Amino acid sequence: MFYREAGDFKVSYQDDSQTFPIKFDRYRYYAVLAVAFLVIPFVINDYWANAILLPFLIYSIAAIGLNILVGYCGQVSLGTGGFMAVGAYAVYKLMTAFPEVSMFIHVLLAGGITALVCVAFGLPSLRIKGFYLAVATLAAQFFLVWLFNRVPWFYNYSASGQINAPERDVFGIVITGPNAASWATYFFCLIFLTLCAIVARNLTRGTTGRTWMAIRDMDIAAEIIGVNPLKAKLTAFAVSGFFIGISGALFFAVYLGAVEVGEAFGINKSFLVLFMVIIGGLGSIFGSFAGAAFLVLLPVVLKVIGVDMMGWPTDIVAHFQLVIVGALIVFFLIVEPHGLAQLWRVAKEKLRLWPFPH
Amino acid sequence: MEEGYVTEDGRKIGGVVMEMKNITLRFGGVVAIKDISFDIRQGEIRAIIGPNGAGKSSMLNVISGFYVPQEGQVFYQGKPRPQMRPYEVARQGIARTFQNIALFEGMSVLDNVMTGRLNYMKTGLFQQAWWKGKAEQEETENREVVEKVIDFLEIQHIRKTPVARLPYGLKKRVELARALAAEPSLLLLDEPMAGMNVEEKEDMSRFILDVNDEFGTTIALIEHDMGVVMDLSDRVVVMDYGKKIGDGTPDEVRNNQDVIDAYLGVAHD
Repeated sequence: MFYREAGDFKVSYQDDSQTFPIKFDRYRYYAVLAVAFLVIPFVINDYWANAILLPFLIYSIAAIGLNILVGYCGQVSLGTGGFMAVGAYAVYKLMTAFPEVSMFIHVLLAGGITALVCVAFGLPSLRIKGFYLAVATLAAQFFLVWLFNRVPWFYNYSASGQINAPERDVFGIVITGPNAASWATYFFCLIFLTLCAIVARNLTRGTTGRTWMAIRDMDIAAEIIGVNPLKAKLTAFAVSGFFIGISGALFFAVYLGAVEVGEAFGINKSFLVLFMVIIGGLGSIFGSFAGAAFLVLLPVVLKVIGVDMMGWPTDIVAHFQLVIVGALIVFFLIVEPHGLAQLWRVAKEKLRLWPFPH
Repeated sequence: MEEGYVTEDGRKIGGVVMEMKNITLRFGGVVAIKDISFDIRQGEIRAIIGPNGAGKSSMLNVISGFYVPQEGQVFYQGKPRPQMRPYEVARQGIARTFQNIALFEGMSVLDNVMTGRLNYMKTGLFQQAWWKGKAEQEETENREVVEKVIDFLEIQHIRKTPVARLPYGLKKRVELARALAAEPSLLLLDEPMAGMNVEEKEDMSRFILDVNDEFGTTIALIEHDMGVVMDLSDRVVVMDYGKKIGDGTPDEVRNNQDVIDAYLGVAHD
């Protein structure tokens, strides 16, 4: 019904390897960008920002990061929460140590620091695979949370052991602390998400992406054709860590404002992001968005339906949510291991032929 | 390098590209290859044949750096080759295919063949993250080479198809395409025709001859189909129980008594 591709030809290899090879997709992408950048900031309010948009943007970055590691390079990781905590504590230390430097720089640096930590914990991946690697990254998760709890230097010796984001601005616009306007925080996160998504897409469509996928699909054959497995795996850990670090920094500084590490970046966070990647679709950037949107919206929708419309008690609705997410994970693993992204791909293939499928 | 020779059909064969000297490979107590020496010359099609378990694939794995022989030395382009990882061997210009297809199932045919160009990709991570400029240019240049290989092997129609969806015969061809995309100076083929019907075998033979003819690629291949081996190859090494029992032109090998014994069996009294 939507796709009309007659006359949509490609005459160069550049055209063929662009992000959206179909014209219609490309226009829709511009439209989404226009709405996200030019419309939403003017109509946003605190409820929408805090309940839906900020978590969606931030979790999307984390999901893209994890998807690069798990979906593209095939290295299972359960340490996402711990790595997000590294990003959060890095940005906290940077914010308090260098208050005059722009938050843009701090968030990027926090991403870089997380990338280094991620590479260090990725080193065992050269020797161990699959479940065993998952256990090794799980160790990273618990170790990092323990570290941030136990070493007071990380939380600047505050009495509560929490970290609180002081007020910081970008070009005079406050984006952290209680006085930040919702449009400013939204805009700040949106810029990072857009950059991360474009970088992720550029990396995955080119040589780097192909080396990652080669390692994922058959590491022995990859080595025979000239992939250095050490380099391929560690770049995946580094890029993944960079994105996850950015998301952790934003999650703490822009979204929550105050963080107790075990609560905000515990093992549950690792699973949440992993579920986003699985439900959204392994090995797909779009899937990372879809998964993040799905798991951010689900509790909100369930609350609206259950509590506001049906009048059920809140705790029952909360339990329902756990049941539904669990059932969905099982459902997706059995029926469609490539997630929402694959459903969308199949639908698109049908739509491109509609209404003349033969 | 020493002089080459001229084949029956008039192709000029050059000097020695790869020489195996007294290679011995053991797995614990099992001796897979016992003191084998042979050479591969520039531009020739060299076959390695032998009954099951003779050590042919192990030999190929030694050449591609996957196994490290306990004794002996591999000479590549006149120089002794130090012990190296398989990806370093690949960077020296040795490409190979596998007996049981080793393609990247989750990727499209095009991406699979593009992986063959990895050793030519020089842009760094940051240039690729930016994409515009160097990375895009490099991608396009390599895509042109890859498209030529795709044309050559007649797989244009399945370019964008995920490899997992292809039938066996086409997968074999895609794997050959991936190896060819690397523009190797030495191409190793491990049973390129295993499990194919006559028609597919003829296609594959034609491609192998064309590759050798058009690009002058040196080819070493393992094959079970005697008819194919005798027709394609310039010289044949015959192995049995890890030992070399024959080496020479197809005609010489065919009339070698040891080879006949190994293949037809001999009465032990």
